[in-house]
Amino acid sequence: MTDDWRYRLREHKATLLAFAAFVVMFTIYAANHPAGLNANVATTAANKGVLLAIVAMAQTLVVLTAGIDLSVGMVLVLANCLASAIVVGSPLMTALGVLGVLATGALCGAINGLIVIYGRLQPIVTTIATGAMFYGAALALRRVPGGDVNSGLADALTGQLPGGVPASLALLLGLVLIIWLPFRRSAIGRAAYAVGSSEVAAYMSGVPIRRAKFLAYLLSGLLASVAGLFVTFITYSGEASAANGSTYTLYSIAAVVLGGVSLFGGSGSAVGAIFGALMFRTIGDLLFVFNLEPLWQPLFQGLVLFAAICLGSARLLRVRNRLDLYA
Amino acid sequence: MQAVSKRYGGVHALQRAELTVEAGRIHAVLGENGAGKSTLIKIMAGVVAPDEGRMLLDGQPVTFASPAAANAAGIVCIFQELSLIPDLSVADNIAISNPPRRFALIDRKAQRRMAEEALARAGAEDIHPMALVKDLSLSRRQMVEIAKALGRRPRILILDEATSALTAADVTKIYAVLKRLRAEGLALVYISHRMHEITELADECTVFCNGRSVASYAAGTKSDNEVVELMIGREYSGVFPAKPQRVASTSPPRLELRRLGWTDRLHDISLQLRAGEVVGLGGLDGQGQRELLLALFGVLRGTTGELLVDGRPVTLSGPHAAKQAAIGMALIPEDRKTEGLMLPMSVGDNLGFAALGRLSRWGIVDRAAERAAVDRIVRLLAVRCDGSGVPAGSLSGGNQQKLVIGKWLMMAPRIILLNDPTRGIDVGTKQEIYQLLRRLADEGAAILFYSTDYDELVGCCDRVLVMLEGAIHRELVGAEITERALISSALNIGAEAVA
Repeated sequence: MTDDWRYRLREHKATLLAFAAFVVMFTIYAANHPAGLNANVATTAANKGVLLAIVAMAQTLVVLTAGIDLSVGMVLVLANCLASAIVVGSPLMTALGVLGVLATGALCGAINGLIVIYGRLQPIVTTIATGAMFYGAALALRRVPGGDVNSGLADALTGQLPGGVPASLALLLGLVLIIWLPFRRSAIGRAAYAVGSSEVAAYMSGVPIRRAKFLAYLLSGLLASVAGLFVTFITYSGEASAANGSTYTLYSIAAVVLGGVSLFGGSGSAVGAIFGALMFRTIGDLLFVFNLEPLWQPLFQGLVLFAAICLGSARLLRVRNRLDLYA
Repeated sequence: MQAVSKRYGGVHALQRAELTVEAGRIHAVLGENGAGKSTLIKIMAGVVAPDEGRMLLDGQPVTFASPAAANAAGIVCIFQELSLIPDLSVADNIAISNPPRRFALIDRKAQRRMAEEALARAGAEDIHPMALVKDLSLSRRQMVEIAKALGRRPRILILDEATSALTAADVTKIYAVLKRLRAEGLALVYISHRMHEITELADECTVFCNGRSVASYAAGTKSDNEVVELMIGREYSGVFPAKPQRVASTSPPRLELRRLGWTDRLHDISLQLRAGEVVGLGGLDGQGQRELLLALFGVLRGTTGELLVDGRPVTLSGPHAAKQAAIGMALIPEDRKTEGLMLPMSVGDNLGFAALGRLSRWGIVDRAAERAAVDRIVRLLAVRCDGSGVPAGSLSGGNQQKLVIGKWLMMAPRIILLNDPTRGIDVGTKQEIYQLLRRLADEGAAILFYSTDYDELVGCCDRVLVMLEGAIHRELVGAEITERALISSALNIGAEAVA
């Protein structure tokens, strides 16, 4: 049919908007950078951006089910501390270490999922509590910052591919292809959207609600631990920093909103959230190239976030029954 | 279905109900509000489990733990717009329970074909499979719901008021679809309040009354009059206070509404409410009664028409404006758990909310005055609780409902709107509420009372306005208010046919 593209556009509107906004911002940034857009500038920007983008992907999966995961930052910190201890040594040891870190992240996510599904607790309080526990575990592993990581692997993933493309972008692309796309296209992923959009309707339609939620939390934990690994590769060390964890959690929610994922659940895409994250990072870099003091950064990030939320709430102006405002 | 029973708390929703549906037939289920029809189909669809009795499918006893289990057995139910997922596309929704897959991923092309086929079967080719459900109008969504049900290839299809949101053109299409399905050998259970639909479609009918299946007969063997008779036949469940003689009044009505309209849900409603009067709102559930009460209370935006209180035009911007002393309007909402009470807070706090303005001086609540006012209401309504400090949630349903009413009595309302206030509460408390309403009216309040219980309307009201499709269809006064008149006007059966 000829009007298919209109519906495709409608479906991906939020993601495309986030993409466009990022391209505009990044173009302004690159054009004004004193050194121009060379491979090193791109790699530094990409590494920072990809880190947040992975956490935003993790957050998206849970937000789609109309939940929220306030423990993503702490899973990241825990994975970072664990990686700084076990991702070392021979290639085999390193590989086992990476697997161990990923398994730990997935376990954290699974714990969240089980509590939310079977304990019927609200995701927001559940993940605050489990987040604190994950942080406690991280602190037990690393009382003081330190540790080491396989530097060969670290340099490979934080450096450049032949041709100057940042390796971290390839990693991000890989995660989208291996985790996000299959999720988006599978029946269980569809079920996650359905649960977030209307849990009652999903139940009435015979959708596997529990499995869908569980998978969303599990993958969220897994992705958060990938981000934790990446932190280790950038810093060559582990640090049980509560401030870092909280910042990543809050920024991931900001990135999700900027990326057009509805906090009410059921609509949006992790690809949108990735561009939301890159956009959020670019704001900080923009202020840098225009020589503004760093203290303006939170203010501007807040303003952009606020504008995005206003856009998302425009529908409330059309509400005819005031009770719907509180629904 | 054999001897199926279901209780909710102390209320019998179904008592030893029977229903037999044959393949290749359309079986209509009739009954007034609360007769047990919805509970029956919820059991068949696997949404609730029966307390007693058994269900046989092709002669074999079956039990369904979930809607998915019922679907797997070939029973598909079309509820009123309940099972569509707003953020997904039409095709996603149609395929939701078992999407076509290739290599473990959803095959979008196959899904598209499946959706187009199902839409065509339902006669809704105008709906684009990629459109998001939330962007569709109510009637289009209902068509998607029907297409979705057909896409599951059911053996037994249950339609619960499936045509109520449809346009006339769609209804004609659906008739053709249903007749074709019957010819294909499906068993269809058709619940509708529209008598002409039942005449047009049904092969057999079963009438429900008070949770019992009272009669099954071949379609066309009973007159409309006999059907209404079957639907009534229930014992009086309450004792009602005597109604006073009506006296003609010359003062302007306490509340007058002129030509109220709101979106496509309310049309051209004019009514008058006098001090001392209890006026009922009748009709089938969902004909705009709730919206009318919300509109009066200032909750709806974009209403047209005029509202006059004591003969003076007023505009109400919301509940806060409506409860001001000059207006004195109170709305007792239908869902006491979400709209009426803050369950974790104490009885005293709950009673105090609506009247806090009156009990405070310079913004500080006068605790002694509040305590005295609360104690007075608790005594007046005979609320059974261990002091006014216990959480509202610890009270029984009936006592909670008294609190909701009591909360508004604290501000001495002059106009009281009630939205089905006795739903799901025990008979004793119901009677106390009836007495209270009459006493409030005698003390000079004007009362507008929506009830889904026809008995109550007959027993309590001086006048009853019967609503149909968002408009006032008929007004019954005094001795005209009988259960038979209420049912026949609600079903839009001509008065002459019943008389």
